[in-house]
Amino acid sequence: MLNVSISGKPPTTTQSNSEIKMPVKLAVRNLNFYYGKFHAIKDINVEIHERSVTAFIGPSGCGKSTLLRVFNLIYHMYPGQRAEGEVLLDGENILAASDYLRLRSKIGMVFQKPTPFPMSIYENIAFGIRLYENLSRSEMDYRVRHALVGAGLWNEVNNKLNQSALGLSGGQQQRLCIARALAIKPEILLLDEPCSALDPISTAKIEELMYLSKENCTLIVVTHNMQQAARASEFTAFMLDGELIEISETTQMFTKPSDKRTEDYITGRFG
Amino acid sequence: MSSSNAAARIETGSAPACPAGGGKTWRLSGDILFHTAARIAAFIAVAVLFATVIAITADSWMAIKSFGVWRFLKSSEWNPVTQTFGAFPFIIGTLVSSAIAMALAVPVSFGTAVFIAEIAPSWIRRPVAGAIELLAAIPSIVYGLWGLIVFAPIFAQIEPWISQTLGEIPGIGLLFQGPPMGIGMLAAGIVLAIMILPYISSIMRDVFMAVPSSLRESAYAMGCTTWEVAWKIMLPYTRTAVIGAMFLGLGRALGETMAVTFVIGNSDMISSSLLMPGATIPSVLANEFTEATTRLYLSSLIYLGLILIAVTLVVRFLAVLLIRRLGSREGAST
Repeated sequence: MLNVSISGKPPTTTQSNSEIKMPVKLAVRNLNFYYGKFHAIKDINVEIHERSVTAFIGPSGCGKSTLLRVFNLIYHMYPGQRAEGEVLLDGENILAASDYLRLRSKIGMVFQKPTPFPMSIYENIAFGIRLYENLSRSEMDYRVRHALVGAGLWNEVNNKLNQSALGLSGGQQQRLCIARALAIKPEILLLDEPCSALDPISTAKIEELMYLSKENCTLIVVTHNMQQAARASEFTAFMLDGELIEISETTQMFTKPSDKRTEDYITGRFG
Repeated sequence: MSSSNAAARIETGSAPACPAGGGKTWRLSGDILFHTAARIAAFIAVAVLFATVIAITADSWMAIKSFGVWRFLKSSEWNPVTQTFGAFPFIIGTLVSSAIAMALAVPVSFGTAVFIAEIAPSWIRRPVAGAIELLAAIPSIVYGLWGLIVFAPIFAQIEPWISQTLGEIPGIGLLFQGPPMGIGMLAAGIVLAIMILPYISSIMRDVFMAVPSSLRESAYAMGCTTWEVAWKIMLPYTRTAVIGAMFLGLGRALGETMAVTFVIGNSDMISSSLLMPGATIPSVLANEFTEATTRLYLSSLIYLGLILIAVTLVVRFLAVLLIRRLGSREGAST
């Protein structure tokens, strides 16, 4: 059972410096974002390619996490936060959409700190699936198992599926959260510093999981860890003070960045 | 244990390496004083509880000897003329009026707590929360007067409508029969519900607002509605505190005296209808304590008080059991 979620759109043109043939999944046009009066994102234009991993790097407070919160429309929860411009998912502007609950199912999100729900491991996965699909017990068992196998968690948890997810280790909890997000077959998965609270082994497992997930899903990851961006992503975007300084293929970004500020950040001269 | 620790720390404190040794010794002796004071305070609290139970048991001894335990519990005869007393109508009245109060107050509390914590814009949160908490500041005698003078006459107008609609349903219709008097078991339950609402809802609100925003956001991020987040994420996350809040409210409802005495109708008859008058243990105590002319009568009333303590303890025990069971069902959480 494959998580087929490829849009039927014909490929559109990509950036000139890129040889990637994947079509654009998410296009951001003239995006501005405000926390009340604070201008957090300044006129950003960016294109995210389908079934790739794009990393956003930049110093703290540069607006990269805010960008993810715009993509997932989570800012709707808070009055006083507003977005201007367009975020096009397969050509549809999600900022203007009224049905943002359905859109959130297409754009999953994983947070910095693991957020297992206060229920059993099995229910953590089944919970999200149940929001959108009405499955029989055996189908649900299959889907939960599929999600846990996909996240490499099955062997670790198959004998304690009915125990609380809060009893898992931090790394296991985070992989459970990724499995939970992937179980509802999102088209895009946003990861907000998913490894910043984890040890190196758990981090490696999550990077592997990201690599496997892009078969079916477009991944956007915010990270403070430059090595992680270099290892796990195909594209890297550098943000500074709410502006997008540059985006290019990761190999190019880390070898010969076109902007002086990017080079300074990557080489550790500030940030 | 703590005193040996303290001794060890005094030694290090007075070691020459530490120039501020004198000050530390003074702080440590202050700490020992505080420990002792805390211990005495805890002992007094426990001692008062035991002394109360012992005194009440001693005073009700005459009734216990005359009627026994089981016979007193299940007898529904309460007759000062023949000097036969039984607790059954009052136990039922206490449990039923509190059950009505809980059935009404818990869902409303949940709703107000979710509204304040999740839905309300921030400028309206404080006024709404403050207004609900003010309900707790009203003395129970005022609730009683309000119930009798304002609420009961209005409720008497609604009761015929209740018996014509709910009363027509087979089965549960039996609960809604009888003449419209305004006062009775249902009226007492409603007034009690208003009284315990602030206790339950303010705790629920506090714990809902303490749910980590990352947890709420990750549920919303999956496309959950506010209802799904509140019911399936926030409530399980806070269940220990929520159950605690419910039983705090129930404890108050079981023991509430003045307000109930005003609106329950004070009848020692057991009726199947909630519209009919009844009595609770506290209400019968308040009503009849001054009239208890014989020692057996007085002793029986105090015996009722002993039973009320026992009921409250059983309820508390059930609450702990419930929390344990919910906890074990979800594995080793918390």
